[in-house]
Amino acid sequence: MNDHLVEIQNITFSRSERLIYDDISISIPKGKITAIMGPSGIGKTTMLRLIGGQLKPDKGDITFAGKSIPAMSRSTLYQTRKSMSMLFQSGALFTDMSVFDNVAFALREHTQLSESVIKTLVLLKLEAVGLRGAAQLLPSELSGGMARRAALARAIALDPELIMYDEPFAGQDPISMGVLVKLIRSLSEALSVTSIVVTHDVNEVLDIADYVYILANQKVIGHGTAQQIKQSDSPLVQQFLQGQADGPVPFHYPAPTLQAQLLGEDK
Amino acid sequence: MNWIIDIGTNTLTKVVGIGRAFLMLTGALIAFPQWKNVRLTIKQIYIVGVQSLLIIMVSGLFIGMVMALQGYTILVDYGAEGSLGPMVSLSLLRELGPVVTGLLFAGRAGSALTAEIGLMKATEQLSSLEMMAVDPLRRIVAPRMWAGVIAMPMLALIFSAIGILGGHLVGVEWLGVDSGSYWSIMQATVEWDKDVVNGVIKSIVFAIVVTWIAIFKGYDAIPTSEGISLATTQTVVLSSLTVLGLDFVLTALMFGIN
Repeated sequence: MNDHLVEIQNITFSRSERLIYDDISISIPKGKITAIMGPSGIGKTTMLRLIGGQLKPDKGDITFAGKSIPAMSRSTLYQTRKSMSMLFQSGALFTDMSVFDNVAFALREHTQLSESVIKTLVLLKLEAVGLRGAAQLLPSELSGGMARRAALARAIALDPELIMYDEPFAGQDPISMGVLVKLIRSLSEALSVTSIVVTHDVNEVLDIADYVYILANQKVIGHGTAQQIKQSDSPLVQQFLQGQADGPVPFHYPAPTLQAQLLGEDK
Repeated sequence: MNWIIDIGTNTLTKVVGIGRAFLMLTGALIAFPQWKNVRLTIKQIYIVGVQSLLIIMVSGLFIGMVMALQGYTILVDYGAEGSLGPMVSLSLLRELGPVVTGLLFAGRAGSALTAEIGLMKATEQLSSLEMMAVDPLRRIVAPRMWAGVIAMPMLALIFSAIGILGGHLVGVEWLGVDSGSYWSIMQATVEWDKDVVNGVIKSIVFAIVVTWIAIFKGYDAIPTSEGISLATTQTVVLSSLTVLGLDFVLTALMFGIN
């Protein structure tokens, strides 16, 4: 399976007695953009944390470039993380440093490069996301969209093999959303990096994703290329794609019937 | 039967918490010798130490002055106001210096550490460090731990020194105790190893405990606003109580048993 950078094999994961994944398998092809979609609260971010080794699955295995992540020792895991990076939903920029220092952080930590080389590299990364002019600003001075782009520049600082995007479009206006879509696509093409995009913004991601997984009810309910997904005849997939309020994923949180509760019959 | 289950669950949570606190401490301290961390530690010493100087010095001054005032009114009845110097200096060096510094440090620096680390956790900065292959235990926890342990004993000594000067200010300058007897009886009474060193040992112990509690409470906080508020409160309450409790134990060991 050389063409798959990340293999998730039959994992089961539960958190404080709530089952999140039940025997899920996902393959992330190398150099492509894979989208993982699903309704809120089904643990899409958890999937990224499992791949990053911050959480361990109860059962099953996750491999990165052929090596099992849950089985790694702490130091090997840290070594492996140098070749993956993650764009957090909040950006997670270090608030006490300027944008420049944020992007330079990983380079200063993990390489012996001289300060002038680091400066060049950082400015190139910032140029790629259009924030070269904002290098000296503090994260608190950035707008939400700019913060996410700065975080993206930081995520690509070490030229990782894998970038994981956690809800990159959440809470963005249409312009920043367009910018981010363009950036994700151009980064994937220019650096031929493998990307995993976790999101529930259907339209944006179907435009750029090479392959799509849809998760719901602890399972993979559909996967395929964007085209295949659009033509899927699964009612669950269609409800998700078209944003219908009620369907196989119910509108109501499980409860006794309204009549029973109002008349006090539920006791 | 529910209360039995509650007792069990609570005990388990506490024990697991203590275990995690030890894991954090060992993870942070094993990793220390790195040049970058020395620089980070110096920065933290500035933040927790130098920036706490004002509150420590003002408190020390007033406590020394009040003790001289109170001590004088009692001692003068027995014509023993010459012993004001040793009274002030012994109370400060043995007890008040380490203890009050510990309490102030918990309120001033401990709460700040908890809130800072808790917010780093809530804003995913700690997670993002991990994903950038930088161990937050080395990068965030270790420098702050060392900074607290280095800074607080110094603060305690400064507190005692300023307190002794405050006692001099009130006792000698204002109430008219003889300056020579204030200093000379103090010098004759205070013993280096028994009083000064024991006070420093106390403050080192308090420093370790307070900084450890503060950092762990932040590191283990529930990453929401209520969680951080709770963690900050717990830091101040728990470390103040621990300082007072440990002080009794240490005093008993150092001065109680001969």
